[in-house]
Amino acid sequence: MTLANVKAVRRERAAGRHASVLISLAVTLASLPIGCSRGKASVTLAGSTSVEPFAERLAELYMAGHRGIEINVQGGGSSAGIRAVQNRICQIGMSSRELHADEKGLTEIPIAHDAIALIVNARNPVRWITLEQARDVFAGRIRNWKKLGGPDRAITPITREEGSGTRASFEEKVMTAGMPGGKGTGQEAAPFAPDALVQDSNGAVREVVASDPAAIGYISFGLIDARVRALGLDGVEPGEKTIKTGRYSIVREFLFLTNDVPSATTKDFIDYVLSPDGQKALVEEGLISIK
Amino acid sequence: MKEKLIESGLLLVALSAVAILFLIACFIFREGAPLIAKVGVLHFIASAHWAPSRGQFGILPMIVGSVEVTVLAVVFGAAMGLACAMFLAEFAPRWSVRILKPMIELLAGIPSVVYGFIGVVVLVPWIRTTFGGPGFSVLASSVILGIMILPTVIAISLDALQAVPPIYREGSLALGATRWQTLYRILLPAARSGIIAGLILGMGRAVGETMAVIMVAGNALTLPVSVLQPVRTLTSNIALEMGYASGDHQAALFATGMVLFVIIAILNTVALLTIKPRS
Repeated sequence: MTLANVKAVRRERAAGRHASVLISLAVTLASLPIGCSRGKASVTLAGSTSVEPFAERLAELYMAGHRGIEINVQGGGSSAGIRAVQNRICQIGMSSRELHADEKGLTEIPIAHDAIALIVNARNPVRWITLEQARDVFAGRIRNWKKLGGPDRAITPITREEGSGTRASFEEKVMTAGMPGGKGTGQEAAPFAPDALVQDSNGAVREVVASDPAAIGYISFGLIDARVRALGLDGVEPGEKTIKTGRYSIVREFLFLTNDVPSATTKDFIDYVLSPDGQKALVEEGLISIK
Repeated sequence: MKEKLIESGLLLVALSAVAILFLIACFIFREGAPLIAKVGVLHFIASAHWAPSRGQFGILPMIVGSVEVTVLAVVFGAAMGLACAMFLAEFAPRWSVRILKPMIELLAGIPSVVYGFIGVVVLVPWIRTTFGGPGFSVLASSVILGIMILPTVIAISLDALQAVPPIYREGSLALGATRWQTLYRILLPAARSGIIAGLILGMGRAVGETMAVIMVAGNALTLPVSVLQPVRTLTSNIALEMGYASGDHQAALFATGMVLFVIIAILNTVALLTIKPRS
């Protein structure tokens, strides 16, 4: 029993190591040109592809004000980011989901609130949906737009790949809606319909929805553009006010993760992100300030 | 002395290539095998439920998806590729062969992401409006793959057709057969093993292709019954989920790689056995 446990842990560690080797390789490659200009302090962020575009914008603004400091931003996904900071491959991990029990021990710094919006094609006449309807659509129980007050046309739900932070948050906030409490912690989530399309980024989901009038997907509220429309949920439209007051219910936190003692440069960058200037930049990009 | 040195140097390089293959195989199997042992071979390859976070590791829909997409792609690729090779070998004027052949080979140099992008922008919406369904489908993936394997199929079948001894052709024509009869009855059967080898190599490429397929296949987890349904292939499954996977989930992706490795090994063996009788 204990031996099996030890083995399992060892396997897990080994698996983590391979991933971190890959990430460290990517980090090294990405930082090659920087290696030439010596004396430059640098901070590397890695993780969630949902947080990545916002972190890139912050890095850009920060570097404009701090010549001589290099901020590198990389994707890889929430889980990979968490592992990277645990293994001290990067200074800041980015996560768009809450940490699992076995990932604790890192300092969690919420940098912004982000709503997950249900999006449809701009030509789709449907404007509203309830949490239960959304759950049924993605679980494959509602299959026609007629049921949602739209035209008689099959619904094409688009979800994210297993392990995505956005998917995890969506599962937790939407797929558990109205489900009977499961054993252990929290509620049992309804499984996603197996025939739902799967795309591997917020952007890809948005592209499919923008081109298919029958599609419905979910993406970060900050990434909505004119070709798709966010549905109102239970009578509440997603917007800065409704998200901040908690009336719009699918909201998550974007997290920065650091080890116990961040370097002075790392700390200064985080302070900037949490400062009024940094928060203002995030709001301009479509996120909701943490303050 | 110098001769010996060069010989052994070359041997070393050749062996290292084999060693790398061997190491990769070992690595994949070491990572993936424990998971298959844990969930059982039968569950792994015969269950239709893939939900690693719930402890379900069935890759049947992806095996079926990979096979379906690949077979259809080879059908498309064979139809177009063979027609093209037959034209180039028998009917095309010399000068046009000199222009057409390099251009076809250029097809192989287009990155797969470009094929995928064209698929998403042109093919998928066309399938959606013409045949219905989401557009992301078995059909879209196999058409794109069919085009991607054309250079392989054409180049190898053309070589096979041109390698048929000229006496065969001359004999047939001298007996009064038309050019088409000669091609169909004499040249094609004579070049058969080469053509089949080309198709199998194309099939190998189609099974392994990832990027273009992820973009147009829809990646859903159902058993694809109709060609208009979305599908997820083995390679797509690995590429889609690798960035986020950890623990058993990651091991399951390596195990998916094992299955893929075995399928490709079988294909290559079949290809080798088909080519052999000629030499």
